[in-house]
Amino acid sequence: MTATDAVAFTAAQAVDALARGDLSAGELFAAYRERAAGEELNAFTWVAEEAPAVQDGPLKGVPVAVKDLFCTRGVPSQSGSRILEGYRPPYTATVVENLERAGTTLLGKTNQDEFAMGSSNENSAFGPVLNPWDRGRVPGGSSGGSAAAVAAGLTPWAIATDTGGSIRQPAALCGIVGMKPTYGAVSRYGMIAFASSLDQAGPLTRDVTDAALLLGHMVSRDPRDSTSIGLPEAIRLPDARRLDGIRLGVPEELSGEAEGIEPGVMEAFEATLRVAQELGASLETMRLPHAEHGLSAYYVLAPAEASSNLARYDGVRYGLRSDGSDLVSLYTQTRHDGFGPEVKRRIMLGTYALSSGYYDAYYGRAQKVRTKIAQDFHEAFERFDFVVTPTAPTVAFGLGTKVHDPLAMYLNDYCTVPMSLAGTPAISIPNGLSEGLPTGFQIAGPAFSENAILDAAHALEGAIGFDGSRAFSRGGMPSTPPERGAPGPLGL
Amino acid sequence: MKYEPVIGLEIHVQLGTRTKMFCGCELTFGEPPNTRTCPVCLGLPGALPVVNARAIHFGLMTGMAMGSELAPRSVFHRKNYFYPDLPKGYQISQYDEPLCLGGRLGDVRIHRVHLEEDAAKLVHVGASGRIHSSSSSVVDFNRGGTPLAEIVTEPDLRSGEQAREWLTLLRTTLRQLGVSDVNMEEGSLRCDANISVRPEGTTELGTKTELKNMNSFRFLERGIRAEVARQIELLESGGEVVQETLHYDPRSERITSMRSKEEAHDYRYFPEPDLVPVRIEQAMLDEARGAMPELPADRAARLEREHGLSEASAKQLAFRAELGDFFEAALGSDGDVPAQPLAHWVTGELVARIGDSDPGDSRVEPVALAALVGMVERKEVNQGGARQALDCLVADGGEPRAIVEAQGLGAIGGEDELSGVIDAALAANADAAAKIQGGNEKPMGAILGYVMRETKGRADGGEVTRLVREKLGV
Repeated sequence: MTATDAVAFTAAQAVDALARGDLSAGELFAAYRERAAGEELNAFTWVAEEAPAVQDGPLKGVPVAVKDLFCTRGVPSQSGSRILEGYRPPYTATVVENLERAGTTLLGKTNQDEFAMGSSNENSAFGPVLNPWDRGRVPGGSSGGSAAAVAAGLTPWAIATDTGGSIRQPAALCGIVGMKPTYGAVSRYGMIAFASSLDQAGPLTRDVTDAALLLGHMVSRDPRDSTSIGLPEAIRLPDARRLDGIRLGVPEELSGEAEGIEPGVMEAFEATLRVAQELGASLETMRLPHAEHGLSAYYVLAPAEASSNLARYDGVRYGLRSDGSDLVSLYTQTRHDGFGPEVKRRIMLGTYALSSGYYDAYYGRAQKVRTKIAQDFHEAFERFDFVVTPTAPTVAFGLGTKVHDPLAMYLNDYCTVPMSLAGTPAISIPNGLSEGLPTGFQIAGPAFSENAILDAAHALEGAIGFDGSRAFSRGGMPSTPPERGAPGPLGL
Repeated sequence: MKYEPVIGLEIHVQLGTRTKMFCGCELTFGEPPNTRTCPVCLGLPGALPVVNARAIHFGLMTGMAMGSELAPRSVFHRKNYFYPDLPKGYQISQYDEPLCLGGRLGDVRIHRVHLEEDAAKLVHVGASGRIHSSSSSVVDFNRGGTPLAEIVTEPDLRSGEQAREWLTLLRTTLRQLGVSDVNMEEGSLRCDANISVRPEGTTELGTKTELKNMNSFRFLERGIRAEVARQIELLESGGEVVQETLHYDPRSERITSMRSKEEAHDYRYFPEPDLVPVRIEQAMLDEARGAMPELPADRAARLEREHGLSEASAKQLAFRAELGDFFEAALGSDGDVPAQPLAHWVTGELVARIGDSDPGDSRVEPVALAALVGMVERKEVNQGGARQALDCLVADGGEPRAIVEAQGLGAIGGEDELSGVIDAALAANADAAAKIQGGNEKPMGAILGYVMRETKGRADGGEVTRLVREKLGV
C-alpha cells in the first residue's frame, strides 16, 4: 500500500485497515507526517517529529490534528497568539487525553484565529491559513487550520472548537463535516478559553461517520469541568439512508437572500432541501423570531467573557513579557505587544459591556436575548425534528477582503450563532459547490440529539454524494503548484 | 461636641478545608513557596475551577450559627482586576447572591457572609514592604485559592474595645464550629474596619474610612481608636473626613492613606460562566445542621440557666470555650462545689495565672480546682491561702488538700482556735479596742492585722471580725 493509498482512507476505514493488518500505525503516521510537515497552507503550527507511544484503544494508531488552543503537555499550545508564543503547558486537555486513551496519536497542532476570535483565520499571530480549494481564499475560522488540514488530506481528522460557528463555518468553506455538540457534552478543561459559556469542542472530519466516531471518543463528563455533563446516550455510528417522517423547519430569519445569503449558496441549500424531501422528510418554513438578534447578543456576551478570560495574560507567569518600568507598564506593554487587533477590539467591547453603569444595558440585555433565542429553539423543536439552514452566508471569500471590516466579518456567523447561544447541537455537511467552492448545510437539533442529527446528516450525505477528496492534491504537497480559482477535477 | 464612633467590620476567615476553594491542592502550612499549586490555582490557560463542597458546608454552618438567611443556591461571580497576586486577573467571589444574608452574633447584626478564594502571597523586596516602592516582588501561590468566608457586619460597634471583644466572640464561634483555626497572627483571620464618627445623639452616618492591616486583636483596638481620634480631631478643627482606604502601621501606630491607584476599581462583576449555580439541597442543610456544636451565645445562656451564673461570668466562660470546658469539667467532678464561686476562680484567679493559654493544657486538674474552691467555701482555707495553693497547683499540679496541709495553709477557724489570739490582739491594741467599743469600727484593721500576723494569714477574716465584736459586746 502506498502512502497515497493510506491517506485516502477515512479515519473509520483506516481503523479497519489497521485492524486487518493491511496498514501499520507507523506507515499511517509517517504518511500523514510527511504531508503535514510539507504542507503549504500554513494549516499547522507544530507537527510531531515522531508518533508518541500509542495507547491501546478502539482508535489505536489513527493520527489526529488538534487545534492550537487545546493544551497538550510539553507541546506548543499558543491559541494563535503572540502572547502565548512558545508556551508549552504542563498538562493536557481532557478531550485530548480522552483521544489518547482511545489510541489516537497526536499528529500536530493546527493554526487558528487568535484566541478563536475570527471567521477567516486571518487573525492568527502565525499567519493566515489558505483554503485548499483556492489558495487565494480563506478557509473560514476560527478553526481554519483544522478545517484546511482535513480538507487537504493532511490529517485523517481534527478536533476544534466552536464558540459562534468556529467549527461549522470553516467546515462549510472547506467542504468537510463539522459538528458542534450540545454545550457540556465535551469537557472544556484544558481548552484555552475564548467565551466560556459558548465554547464547545467538536470534530472536523471528511464524512459523517468519522464525525460520529471521533465525537464519541471526545464526549465525557469531566469532574474537572463543572459545566460538563457528557451525553445521556453513547454516540452510535450512523446508518440512516432515509428521512421518512422527519420534520424539517426552515427558519425565515436564517435563510433567504434578504438575510444576506448569496444566491449560489441559497441554490445549493434549496437543492439539498429537495434531496431531503426525496428521502422522505417534510419541509416547512417557520420562524425563530429572535434569531436575527443573535449576532448582536453574541457580540456582547462573547467579548464580555473574553475580556475576563484573557485578563490572565499579564506577563507575570507565562507567555510573553514585555519590559515595563513598573507594574502597570509591564501589563500594558505586554498586552499591547502580545494581542492582535481583533483580540484588542473584543477586550475593549467586553470591558465596556461589563462596566459599571452599562452592565444592564448591554450584558444584561444580551442575556435576555439569549434566553429568548433558546426559547425559540425549544418551541421549534416541539414541532420539528431539526432546524436547517445554510451554514455560512457565502462561500470562501478572498484573503484580505473582509479583514478590515469587522461587521462584514461578523456576518459570517449569522446562521451559526443562534445555536451557540441556545447551547444546542448542530452539524455542517458539504452541500455541493457554488462557483466551484464548497457550501455547507446546517442541521440543528434539540439538546442531546447528536445521534439523531448524525443519522439525518448521514442520510443526506449519501444522497448528496459530495466528493471532497478533490481538494487533497491542493493541500500543499510540494509537487502541486498553487492555483487560484475553481479547483480542477483532481482526485488522488 | 461629643462624637460617637460608628464601626463595622469586614472579616476574612480562611476556612479549614483540606483542599483549596476551586482545585484539589492541599492547603498550605508553611511549605516551601509554590509547592502547593496546580494549573487551576496558577490560573494557567484552559484550567477550570470546581467548587469545594466542604467550603459550602462550612459556609452554611457559619450562616446557621448567625441565624442568617441561607441562599437557595450557590452562585459565584467574577471580580475583575489586575494584580500580580491574582493569577486569573479576576477573583471568583460571590456578589449579589451571598451564601448567607443577615443574622446576628452577640450584639452585632451581620450584613452578609459570602465565599471566595484567597489571593496569592506577594513579597516585596525593598524597604517599605509595599509594591510601589519595592525594587522587585515575588509571588508565592501556595496561599492562592484558599477558601475564604468574608463576614460583613452592620455598623453596630461603638469602640475599638468593643470591636476587639466582639471579634473574640466571632473567633470562638468559628473555632467551635470547626470551620477555621482562626489565627490572626498567621493570617487565617483578617479584619478591616469601616469607621465613621457622628455627633452623639444623631442618627445620620458620617463619612467612613476603611482601615486595613490590623493583624492582631490588640492592633484592631488600637487602630480603631487612633482612626476615631483622627476623625474627631479633623472635624473639630473644621476639616472633613474623606472617604478613603487607610493603612494602619502597628509599629509606628501611624495611619496613612493608600494610593488611590490601588483602589479605584470598576470590578465588572458578572456571573462566573465556568461554574454552574448549585442548588442548596435539603441534605446539605441537614448535614450542616447536624454538625453544629453548641455555640458560645447558647452556652452562655445555658450556663446562666442551669448553674445560676451571672451574665458576666457565663459570657466569660462561654466566649472562651476552653474556660467553659474547664469550668464544666470541674463542676462535673465535684457535685458539691457551688457554681458561681467556681466560675470566679476560673475566670479570675486561674486566668490571672495562665493568661491566654488553655487551662486544659495546664497542670491544674479541673477536679483539683473544684476541691480547692470547695475548701474555700467550707472555710477550710481562706482566700489568701487558697491563692497560694493555686500557685502551687499551676506550678506543679497536685491535690489541693495535700498542698494546704503540707504548707500549713489551712484556715484557723472557730472560736477555740482563734479566741486566744484575738484576746492577745485586743490586749496589744487597747486603744483600738476602745474605739470599736465606742462604735468606731475603723481600727478593726489593726486587730485583724495582728491576728493575721500571728496566724500567718490563715485566719478567716470574717470570723475574726465576728469574734472581736462578740468579745467587745458590739
